[in-house]
Amino acid sequence: MSAAAADFADPNRVGQLGRSDAPGHGEGGPAPERVVVAFGFWIFLLSDIVMFSAFFASYAVLAGATAGGPGGVELFDLRNVAIETACLLVSSFTCGLASVAAGARSVPWFYVAMAVTFVLGAVFIGLEVSEFAGLVARGDGPQRSGFLTAFFTVVGCHGLHVSCGLLWLLTMVAQVFAKGFRLDILRRILCFGLFWHALDIIWVALFTVVYLLGAGA
Amino acid sequence: MSEIFHHGHPHGRDTAPGDQRLDGSGIAHGVLSYLLGLALAAGLTVASFYFAGSDLIWRPAIPVALVVLAIAQMGVHLVFFLHITSGPESTNNVLALAFGALICFLVIAGSLWIMTVLNHNMMPMPASMHMQH
Repeated sequence: MSAAAADFADPNRVGQLGRSDAPGHGEGGPAPERVVVAFGFWIFLLSDIVMFSAFFASYAVLAGATAGGPGGVELFDLRNVAIETACLLVSSFTCGLASVAAGARSVPWFYVAMAVTFVLGAVFIGLEVSEFAGLVARGDGPQRSGFLTAFFTVVGCHGLHVSCGLLWLLTMVAQVFAKGFRLDILRRILCFGLFWHALDIIWVALFTVVYLLGAGA
Repeated sequence: MSEIFHHGHPHGRDTAPGDQRLDGSGIAHGVLSYLLGLALAAGLTVASFYFAGSDLIWRPAIPVALVVLAIAQMGVHLVFFLHITSGPESTNNVLALAFGALICFLVIAGSLWIMTVLNHNMMPMPASMHMQH
């Protein structure tokens, strides 16, 4: 190898020529596309969680700012929250089964698992919408106090994410129906699974900080 | 699922977040992992809801207990649902997670700290202050 070529391959002359184990350094090539795509989506999810942490911080700061209005003890129905929690947890499990089915290339099991996931997610959204509607109907909407503004923002933002996840779920089922388990479709299924599981993690923080602690524990 | 990302060459060893490393009995092992995660997460959730309304533990300690249970459940979700491991093939995922957790901690703890100090300094508003205006 000429001196010029050696300079190009090893510009800092650290003597690592051909011994680097890092991907992207010639021989091994870059990481597989599945790893690159999922890692990028993982970074997005973490940025989403950072955004939620800002909403959590504002809720924590405003939790006592009820402006003479009702607080969490009067407003929260823990039985409702327990049902929502069960729905989301089991839907996370069935979403995992859907990714196992996709890994096994089983179209019927994939449909079944995704259908159960969708129904559980829809029940969750229905319960949350009815809770919000009840609060607004009693005059305890987001305008009532700083506490309620923060409550509707953080819980509503999570609900919005779940709703988007339900739409994404339907498009994934449609894509598998139309195109089958192609590699690009499998990557999207992987990202959808990550998204759905991450929403359940955020809900764990939500029911603990907002509902259980807010209901006077 | 493993044949997609495991190419056999030495540089293809990173795993994608969410991907299980299935060696041998693929489907049974995959389902078992999700079942185990579901059981653990359900147990922690039930414990949270139970402790929140009971006198089983010292009342002032309940918030701490609930936060500990929530963090434990997030760990269960990360390990059994998102398949984040401590192995070398998951280093990138763990580093990104650690950075995200650091930012979350700074945002939440920093906000609470600043607002507590602010409230502490603003609170004492003696009646004489109002009279001057």
